[in-house]
Amino acid sequence: MDTINLTEKTDWAFIEQVKKKSGENPSLCYQCGNCTAGCPYTQYFDYPVSMVMRLLQAGQKDTILNSKAIWLCATCETCTTRCPCEVDVALIMEALRIIARREGRVSEKDIKLFNDSFLDSIKQYGRMFEMGILLGYKLRSGHLMGDAELGPPMMSKGKIHLIPKKIKGADEVAKIFTRFQEKAKQKVKKHG
Amino acid sequence: MRVGVFICHCGSNIAGTIDVAKVAAETRKIPGVAFATNYMYTCSEPGQKEITDAIAREHLDRIVVAACSPRMHENTFRKTIEKAGLNRYFLEMANIREHISWIGLDKELNTNKAIEEVAMAVSKAMQDKPLFSSSFKVNKRVVVIGGGVAGMQAALDCADGGLEVVMVEKSPAIGGMMARLDKTFPTIDCSICILGPKMVDVAQHDKIKLYAYSEIEEIKGYVGNYQIKIRKKAAYVDWTKCTGCGLCMEKCPTKNAYDYFNFGAAPTRAINIPFPQAIPKKAKIDPKYCRQFTKGKCGVCAKVCPTGAINYEQQDEIVTEDVGAIVVATGYGLLDQERLPEYGGGRYPDAITGIQYERILNASGPTSGHIIRPSDHEEPKTVVFVSCAGSRDKSVGVPYCSNFCCMYIAKQAILTKDHIPDSQSYVFYMDIRAPGKGYDEFTRRAQEEYGAKYIRGRVSRIYPKGKKMIVQGADTLLGTTVEVEADLVVLATAAIAADGAPQMAEKLHISYDTFGFYVESHPKLRPVETNTSGVFLAGACQGLKDIPASVTQGSAAAAKVLSLFSKDMLESDPAIAQVNNNACVGCLKCVKTCPFGAIVEDKLRDGRTVAKVIETVCAGCGVCTSTCPCGAIQLQHFTDNQLLAEVSTICQM
Amino acid sequence: MAETKYAYFCGCSLEGTAKEYDDSMRVVMKALGAELVEPDDWSCCGSSPAHTVDYDLASALAARNLAIVEKMGLPTITTPCPSCLIGFKKANRAMANEVFKKGVNELIDEPYNCSVEAKSSLQVIYEDIGLEAIASRVTHILPDLKVAPYYGCILNRPPELAHFDDPENPIAMDRILSTLGVDVRDFVFKTECCGAAFGVPKRKMVNELTYKVLSMALDAGANCIVVACPLCQQNLDLRQGQVNSLMGSNFNIPVLYFTQVMGLAYGHSPKELGIDKIFVSADHLIGRVTKEEYEKQKAQEAAAKKAPKAKATEETKTEET
Repeated sequence: MDTINLTEKTDWAFIEQVKKKSGENPSLCYQCGNCTAGCPYTQYFDYPVSMVMRLLQAGQKDTILNSKAIWLCATCETCTTRCPCEVDVALIMEALRIIARREGRVSEKDIKLFNDSFLDSIKQYGRMFEMGILLGYKLRSGHLMGDAELGPPMMSKGKIHLIPKKIKGADEVAKIFTRFQEKAKQKVKKHG
Repeated sequence: MRVGVFICHCGSNIAGTIDVAKVAAETRKIPGVAFATNYMYTCSEPGQKEITDAIAREHLDRIVVAACSPRMHENTFRKTIEKAGLNRYFLEMANIREHISWIGLDKELNTNKAIEEVAMAVSKAMQDKPLFSSSFKVNKRVVVIGGGVAGMQAALDCADGGLEVVMVEKSPAIGGMMARLDKTFPTIDCSICILGPKMVDVAQHDKIKLYAYSEIEEIKGYVGNYQIKIRKKAAYVDWTKCTGCGLCMEKCPTKNAYDYFNFGAAPTRAINIPFPQAIPKKAKIDPKYCRQFTKGKCGVCAKVCPTGAINYEQQDEIVTEDVGAIVVATGYGLLDQERLPEYGGGRYPDAITGIQYERILNASGPTSGHIIRPSDHEEPKTVVFVSCAGSRDKSVGVPYCSNFCCMYIAKQAILTKDHIPDSQSYVFYMDIRAPGKGYDEFTRRAQEEYGAKYIRGRVSRIYPKGKKMIVQGADTLLGTTVEVEADLVVLATAAIAADGAPQMAEKLHISYDTFGFYVESHPKLRPVETNTSGVFLAGACQGLKDIPASVTQGSAAAAKVLSLFSKDMLESDPAIAQVNNNACVGCLKCVKTCPFGAIVEDKLRDGRTVAKVIETVCAGCGVCTSTCPCGAIQLQHFTDNQLLAEVSTICQM
Repeated sequence: MAETKYAYFCGCSLEGTAKEYDDSMRVVMKALGAELVEPDDWSCCGSSPAHTVDYDLASALAARNLAIVEKMGLPTITTPCPSCLIGFKKANRAMANEVFKKGVNELIDEPYNCSVEAKSSLQVIYEDIGLEAIASRVTHILPDLKVAPYYGCILNRPPELAHFDDPENPIAMDRILSTLGVDVRDFVFKTECCGAAFGVPKRKMVNELTYKVLSMALDAGANCIVVACPLCQQNLDLRQGQVNSLMGSNFNIPVLYFTQVMGLAYGHSPKELGIDKIFVSADHLIGRVTKEEYEKQKAQEAAAKKAPKAKATEETKTEET
């Protein structure tokens, strides 16, 4: 690891942004490591969650937003439940994830592709059309054969519908998305 | 009337945000003010000389000092003006520091407010009447509540100083927590070996009267003259006959009674002597478990007792002791494992607390000093110590550090290696707190000489897997989760206030903080005194501390008691309530509202009922004054007229 | 106290891959006397994917449904899916802030006024309806089941959001199952995450985490896992074959919904409860006897034990524990 010149490379604005977005104060964290100790995903993270907190305290925006950790967090709430300083760690991870997505920094492409397919399905039908989501994900990600062996038994047990069910208010749901995107655009215009 | 006003700069503390010269100038305009000035440090020697010189020179008869809080220097200035020949109660203080200059930075607003505060103080001062203390006798006996090491030290020092001491201990034997320890850090001295002689001294000292298995029932009175009711709890054994032979304990058929001394590390008999070196070495029956009490039939102990000491009909007894001072040394408690559900919440037999492990290590403990797993009695080879089990944890309600766990964990890790040479200890820690003499070196010793592996990180969870306990923690220095398969897990549970601490504080009329620890007069300068005269603190009840600090406070409290008793008479505070018999209608509302029970019903010679204030009990709180419907009872130095004069002044400004 | 009518949000999973959870939940609720009313034309709550986009989008998707329930005039929405539940609870929590609430209401057609409480269906059954009512409907005993109740990671955590049961050692399902007469094991991985919604994009990771849960269940001496979450059920059941292939194990542990077990205890047919829909077959464990039969059996066994014992205790003992 390179020397970090804290005087120059601490992104104070980023720390404030995360504080405001999540409503949590990273200074409360005394780096005990309890979150890392309980996190079932530590072995998959490039930075264990307590280290993400440390990087946040040190204002290391790029390292955090480019990390895999914030995408692999499942919001299982183990960290939040056990934190002795009562920091909602999962909420901070969520805030980081949201900021990363907004800035187009996605280190775990497949996860984003799956989420996008999911949300597209809701936008279109108002509910989750599982078949559509899976196909959409497979095509976008190129993982065509994943879970293929599950298909036939799912179908035979009637667990997967071939035809989507569109609710009456599907357009209401679609409007939620459009309005949200409009608002987001306005915010960017306002704050640059 | 010639009032003199002295406005203090307090360096830049006050002068920095208040224009003191302007305040002085405005004050001079008040009719009745003969002299007003400002000075750099009024409490200093030259500052005080300013006051005394001015009194003589300007013939002043009332003094106002506008400075810090009266809690700081009221006494100082009272002595000053007394030296200059004025009655001490002709002094008023206007708090322009804590109430004004320390609150806001706006100089204009602050100066205006200071002018108003000083004017109010002047109005009050002009109505001050001379007040004179009366003296009362001091009973030179002291009660020490708590028989742990701090209480014992206080008792011994007082007794050696010639005072009669009454010691009240709520458990059946003295010794407190220290008697339970195996060895003490950092010298690895055997705890009971160094404590035992002290315990014997206390028991045998001709000036110390020990009430063991007794509790404070009620405290009445005031400094120098307390009447204390003590409840001697029924042990169902006549201690005048019991020889401590232990035969009853051997033969008792109930083997599953909770062992308070061992903190439940192992069960005990329903009748028991807490530990072999117990003082007093007497048996007691726990009626919750004893078959004679729960089922009505047994009586084995009564049959085997060679002196016929068993008495199932024994009742609690109340005795009274009159003393002049109280030393509170009630110690501390430990967090229940139930509060730590992620560590099993007490359900796993092989996850035990530090004190339970201490008892297992102890050669006179439930396992005769053999370290064995509670589940299967096998010897553990991997022992994991978990620091901060509850301490420094806001979510459990214990945000503070428990002071001595880092040290005792190092000690226990060292002892584990001693007992089981092929064992491996792991210590999960967040920080190491080892500030005393030789303390840090001691923790290094555990790692360097005794091979204990210290892992920097908290433990998130402990769960059983087969015969092992899996400890899931973090090594933040390595940046990863770590797991240890432990045979035994020792949790350093948080130290908390002693059971019943708030109730004891209420009886003593002393303050306690959010956690139940008693509040000292001043955290830096007066650690063993309380704001209630005559009540002193010693040991962990004031704040968690280790043995040397507790012993120190025990001696310090004794010194305070001895200095309190160095005079035969004490002066009472005359700023207390007084009844004007001509105005009193005898409604006795004040008697009911007085929180100190200082007012009683009295009959005058003409048959009229009036209220009467017991001067020495009155604490000067003023509740009676505001209760009285006809203004007959007045708190001297804070009379209704004085307060109305202050209000009047400020309304006209 | 149990209300008689609950707004019931089954959620997207229960319409598809978790159909048997919905079927068995409806059977059980009916048996317990609770009326379930579906919010008209409900939409997907957004679940985890919406939370990765932004808070107001996630809240809006949830709030659209809460507004429907508000209009229905019902105070509680109950859902069997912990992910939907958390979506509703987080929306309620965030919208307690007036500014945020205004922003969310700008995204949806019908504004939501934060008057609907979200409760998990397990909580409704355990707390509102209660063990007495649950016990009273039992007609059959399932003697072959040795269950490890698995709650999943978000049903009871974090405690300040979930307001239900203990976050480290929840016991709602344990108690319900015990009340039914089922052998419940002490399962230490009750709240360990199984991999959640990463099943599709991160299959290997999910398989590895699921492996840990399955192993621990076996360690606890269980032959069946009982769940209250459709995602957990999927990971543990559908993907059990994948776990075996990846980790070289040979698990064959059926994963049932607690409502399926309840339904069986209440005498309903396995078909009604969708027992045939699960991947790892539970057929060999769901054998049952009527309560009367079971009690007769137990009495006979007890009598058989006492007979030889009585002979051995002819010599009187002193007062013994």
